[in-house]
Amino acid sequence: MSTTLLLIQILNGLQLGVLLFLIAAGLTLVFGVMGFINLAHGVQYMIGAYLTVWFYGLTGHFMIALILALAAALILGLLLETFIFSHLYDRDHLDQVLATFGVILFLNQAAKVLWGPTPLNMPAPEILAGSFQITENLQYPLWRIAIIAIGLIVALLLWFLVTRTRVGMLVRAGASNAEMVSALGVNIRRLFMVVFGFGAMLAGFAGAIAAPIYSVEPGMGDDLLITAFVVIVIGGIGSIRGAFIAALLVGLVDTLGRSTITDILKLFLEPSAANQIGPALASMAIYVLMAAVLFFKPSGLFPAKGAA
Amino acid sequence: MRNALPALFAFALFAAVPWLSEYWGGSYLTSLAMRAMILAIGAVSLDLLIGHGGMVSFGHAAFLGIGSYVAGIALTEGTTDLTTILALTVGIAALFALVTGVISLRTTGVSFIMITLAFGQMVFFTLSALSDYGGDDGLTLWDRATAFEEDTVLYFSILGALVASWFLITRIVGSRFGRVLRAAKQNEARVETLGYGVFGMRLTAYVIAGVMAAIAGVLLANQAEFVSPATAAWQRSGDLIIVVVLGGMGTRSGAVLGALAFVALEEGLSSLTHDWRLIFGPLLILIVLYAKGGLASLWERRV
Repeated sequence: MSTTLLLIQILNGLQLGVLLFLIAAGLTLVFGVMGFINLAHGVQYMIGAYLTVWFYGLTGHFMIALILALAAALILGLLLETFIFSHLYDRDHLDQVLATFGVILFLNQAAKVLWGPTPLNMPAPEILAGSFQITENLQYPLWRIAIIAIGLIVALLLWFLVTRTRVGMLVRAGASNAEMVSALGVNIRRLFMVVFGFGAMLAGFAGAIAAPIYSVEPGMGDDLLITAFVVIVIGGIGSIRGAFIAALLVGLVDTLGRSTITDILKLFLEPSAANQIGPALASMAIYVLMAAVLFFKPSGLFPAKGAA
Repeated sequence: MRNALPALFAFALFAAVPWLSEYWGGSYLTSLAMRAMILAIGAVSLDLLIGHGGMVSFGHAAFLGIGSYVAGIALTEGTTDLTTILALTVGIAALFALVTGVISLRTTGVSFIMITLAFGQMVFFTLSALSDYGGDDGLTLWDRATAFEEDTVLYFSILGALVASWFLITRIVGSRFGRVLRAAKQNEARVETLGYGVFGMRLTAYVIAGVMAAIAGVLLANQAEFVSPATAAWQRSGDLIIVVVLGGMGTRSGAVLGALAFVALEEGLSSLTHDWRLIFGPLLILIVLYAKGGLASLWERRV
């Protein structure tokens, strides 16, 4: 494989990693602070994408569509939190898995009913619609570079929010001992709601910026959700830093795996065998990575301090 | 005994289905009943892990997938002898359960959920990659196992397997082994201190449950005459968990009742509307929020 191709794959891997981070960040906070397994987090990504496409169709402006979609995703997240999820914080993980699975079933089907089963598409915003000339004969879509940049900026903002502000301090405190924070006079339920709404919005945001490059269809969030869970388990539940590093790692491993494993296998296997085994191994790579991490470090690479 | 009555009633109902189907439903009703029974075997085995062992496996469908592919591949390659197929299935499933169990059981809680999910996904992708045997699209079988050529024999074999699985799990749960397993669910440290090897016991339970689900997979392949990687998808593992919780975890009849209710709900709602998930989703949420303890608790005495 040539270096230019490798460069493209690395950029693709980073771009996937950044999207994964946006989803995993909310997931790991909700999980870390409230001990709540939210399978419906992937649906919020899907909703973000659908709403952006829909508002874009109505208004014709990407930025307006994005802002409206974010607001709607936030409202949906808060509604879900108030009416369903807040009743499940004290329940065991199994109940949470089931109830949020119910939310997935409902919202996936609702998206199918509202917007039809055929995948939707939308163009990238005009100023970022072109390609970027990396080397003489290598172009890369500007929007994908924008996604990487946006993701890194959001990561920085999040890091600032979590480590340098009062709310961030409460979130960290909540992650290590929610009861103690509550005893110190903090309205923990409201903190939960803020964290949840914020996480839902981040997932919606990931969906919004992914809408121009992926096809928007019912169930688009399901597989990404599982991958995001892989990310937060590898990174250590509750840790934003862990989620960031693990997201980039998983994005790169997955993308590079898909493009190189078959070629590597061809070096010492029959080409037909390599073509058969390669794709399977590539799809499995991130799960093997997770199993290996869990085997050696059961609480992930960067366990949140003090979390039980 | 009282707690076993709903399950025994369900078995009697299943036994009456071939007779009932002559009056209503025909082969639709029998194939529905067979699907429910196969699901019930999967759920009964998963309940040993979730309900009694406190091991929430999110990859149990992988074993169904393994069983159905062993049967599917054997039948495609011309091996139609049921004993051979079952022996192969038990061997492969036990080995897979042993290896993944040793790794998974090092973790507990959420990590265990995720690592079993990971192994389930590995099986799913492996099955999808078998391009000689249909790949993503699955594989249509042209033969059943020789012993299952008669429809009635297949039907009552599935019923027999369900009753046997249920009886076996009931016996296991009532045995010393089962009691220690349940004690370890409540407090692992104390059970360890009393001198029991919790890890070994959990591993044994994991292997038993896996093999049982794989046998359900063999039955599924013969009943559907089709095998597909979708059998091992994580959504199917989710379905199995739903069945166990819906019926009532760790109860004598729960898994059987849950499977019956799940298939009835799925069929009933999808005959009402094509978008039956719009009803099933919220129903699931309501069940979790308001019906703690599952269907079996409606019947069982509260302790």
